[in-house]
Amino acid sequence: MIELTRCYRLPAAHVLANPRLSDAENDEIFGKCANEHGHGHNYGFDVTVTGEVDSTTGQILAPERLDAVFEAAIAKRYSHRLLNECEAFEALVPTTENFAKIVYDDLAPAIAAEGGVELVRVRLTETPRNFFEYGDER
Amino acid sequence: MPLVRLTRAIEFSASLRYRAAGLSDGENREVFGLAAEQHGHNYRLEVTVKGEPDPRTGMVMNLVDLKAILEREVMGRFDHRDLNADTDFFKDIPPTPENLAAVIHELLVDALPAGRFDRLRLYQDADLYVDVVD
Repeated sequence: MIELTRCYRLPAAHVLANPRLSDAENDEIFGKCANEHGHGHNYGFDVTVTGEVDSTTGQILAPERLDAVFEAAIAKRYSHRLLNECEAFEALVPTTENFAKIVYDDLAPAIAAEGGVELVRVRLTETPRNFFEYGDER
Repeated sequence: MPLVRLTRAIEFSASLRYRAAGLSDGENREVFGLAAEQHGHNYRLEVTVKGEPDPRTGMVMNLVDLKAILEREVMGRFDHRDLNADTDFFKDIPPTPENLAAVIHELLVDALPAGRFDRLRLYQDADLYVDVVD
């Protein structure tokens, strides 16, 4: 089994607070992450795909194609944004758990549309000490 | 004893250009873009072996032996070499990270004691890597 992983970074801001809860409840659950003016991270994305290695090109997928998919599906939507204001988070707290699932769900159909390749998993790194994975287990 | 995995990393530098069998220089440029031009990478290879630690030595595999295999099979063949001109592996297939990882996988499975190979990860650079898992 062979997998290709490409790594990307983008900065974004978020506020961890559920609008259906009171300020006191949000403070209790999310602590300093509930700061109403937000805070930000250099999010890191490790995008892993698998598929047949093409006999002519020797590639599962040209990295430039994956870059274009990531740019259109993820970077354009989330880079230099407050995640809470993005459509995907209208009804979701922008924890990195939720963000990882959204990134996976955004990328999976766009990658499949390239033909002969599928998304395996996304590792979303929030800080050098926290990362979250969504997709097939390794 | 439980199954334990041991990973050893090595780094090597090589030059290459992507050339697919039967394609002209112009067609290679069209398919591969800049990768069709002569360029190079600092590759990093992480090789994982698995097994139950030997009750006498406490080792899955003696690192001295693993280092010698990696030196002979990988460093000796690819470090400071041109993948196209100095090896026989890429006469008919381009030295993409997928193909290079598959070549290294085959060399290591043959060279390691039976059943020891678990997986390898080949970094072409910090932002792109290929995993081959048995």
